[in-house]
Amino acid sequence: MRSRFPLLLSGLAFAAAHLAFGQGTGMSLPKTVEAGSAFSIQSTGTGKATLYIIGPEQVLKRDVQLGQAAFFPAGSLYNAGRYTAVLAQESSTQNGSLDVLPASKPVDLSFFAKPSRLPIGLHDGITGTVYLFDTYHNLIPSSMPVSFELSTPSGTVQKRTVATREGAAWTAMDSTSQQGVDRFVVRIGDVSSTRIIGQVPGDPCGLKMNARQSGQQVELVTDPVRDCSGNAIPDGTIVTFTATYKGTQSTIDQPLKHGIADATMRVHAGATLSVASGVVMGNQIGWNK
Amino acid sequence: MTTRRFLIALYAGFTAISCSMAAQVAVRVEPMTLQTTRPLPDQTRAAVIRDYLHAWQGFQAALEQNRPELLEADFVGTAKDKIADTIRQQGVLGIRTRYQDRSHDLQVLFYSPDGMSIELTDKVEYDVQLVDHDKVIATQRESARYLVVLAPAEVRWRIRVFQSTHD
Repeated sequence: MRSRFPLLLSGLAFAAAHLAFGQGTGMSLPKTVEAGSAFSIQSTGTGKATLYIIGPEQVLKRDVQLGQAAFFPAGSLYNAGRYTAVLAQESSTQNGSLDVLPASKPVDLSFFAKPSRLPIGLHDGITGTVYLFDTYHNLIPSSMPVSFELSTPSGTVQKRTVATREGAAWTAMDSTSQQGVDRFVVRIGDVSSTRIIGQVPGDPCGLKMNARQSGQQVELVTDPVRDCSGNAIPDGTIVTFTATYKGTQSTIDQPLKHGIADATMRVHAGATLSVASGVVMGNQIGWNK
Repeated sequence: MTTRRFLIALYAGFTAISCSMAAQVAVRVEPMTLQTTRPLPDQTRAAVIRDYLHAWQGFQAALEQNRPELLEADFVGTAKDKIADTIRQQGVLGIRTRYQDRSHDLQVLFYSPDGMSIELTDKVEYDVQLVDHDKVIATQRESARYLVVLAPAEVRWRIRVFQSTHD
C-alpha cells in the first residue's frame, strides 16, 4: 500500500490536482484559530460543496452551501496543528492551510521530579522538568514564567522561577542537610503539581565502636551511627566488624538495631579490631588482653 | 563525532529505509541548542532521530489505512490518543489521508536533566492527500514546524507530544 502512494503523487493525478487547486479563490480561510474557538470559512460561488479540514490531529467534514459562511462553533477544532482545508465540488477543488494555535492559558502540566529518594546534602541532586499544556492538552510553546519550590519539614524553602522555552522548563535543587520528606511543587498561575521527595541520611560519619571483654569473647558495640549532619542512619544498614590476627581475618556483619550495631567475637591477644559500614571506615582497636 | 559526520551517517541510514518506500526523504540535523546541563551522547541523539523518523512511517500507515494499532510502536500518551482519535473520525467520515514526508530539518532543543524526555523541532515538508470513499479528492504540499517530545521506552524512544506549531 505504501509504495503506491509515491507513484500516485508523482503521476498524472498529482499534476491534475495542482491544476485544479490553481483555479480561483473560492474559499476564505482564517490564517490562525485558537484551539477550541469558534470560526467560520467563507466560500464564494453557487451550489453545494463539501468542506474538509484535515490534519494528523483532527479531521472535519461538512456539507456547505457555496456563497455562505460555514460556521464552526466553539470546540469544533481543538487540537493544535497545521490543517489543510479542502473545498470540493464535483468538478473542482480549492484548498488552503490554517493553523490551530494552543490556548495561551495553561491548565495542565506534566511534572517530572527525580529522584524520589536521595541522600542529604547533594548539590543539584533533585531535578524537575515541566511541560505546559492548555485545556485540550496542546503544548504551549510561548514563553511564560514557572515557579519551582522545594520545601523541607524544617521550613527551609528553595525557590526558582524559570521561563519556559517551547513549552518546557527545568530546574535543579540541592538536597538539604536534614532527612525527611520534602515537597517539590511547580506552579504557574493557579495550576500546580506536587511531588514528594524523600531525603535519607548520607553515609555514616565518625563511625566508632567500643570493645569489652565478655567471658572468653569480646563484645563490640558501636556508638549511635549517624551521618555527618547528625541524622540517624536507618536500622538495617549493615556494619562490619573485623578482627585481624597474624594475617588472618574474621568478620561479622550486623544490621543496625535502634541506631547501633553489636557483635561478639573470639579474639586473640594482639589482634586488631576494626569497624566499617559500606565504604566508610570506623576506628580501630588493638586488643592486648 | 562532528555534526556533519553525524548528519551523513544518519542520512545514509535513513536513505536505506527510504529506498524501500520508493520515496527519498531529505533529512537535515541542525546543531543542538540544548538548554540543559545534561550532555546528549551522539548515540542517544542518533537513536532519538532514528526513532522519530521511523514514527513518521507508523503514523503515515495508520492514517492511510485507518488502523490506530499501527501507532503502538512509536507513539504513547496524548500523541497516540490524538492521532488515534483522528483515525476514528476518519473511519466515521469514510475518509483516509495519505501523508508523505519530503524533508525534515531537525533540531534537538531540550534534553531533560533526568534523561526522561527529549524535545526537538522538525521543519518538515510533506504532501497530504485526501481520499473520500476511495476517491482522491485533493493533494497539497504543506510545510510545518513540528514540536515533538519523546520519552524512552523499553527498546526505543516513543513520541509523547507531536504537534505542529505556527512558525
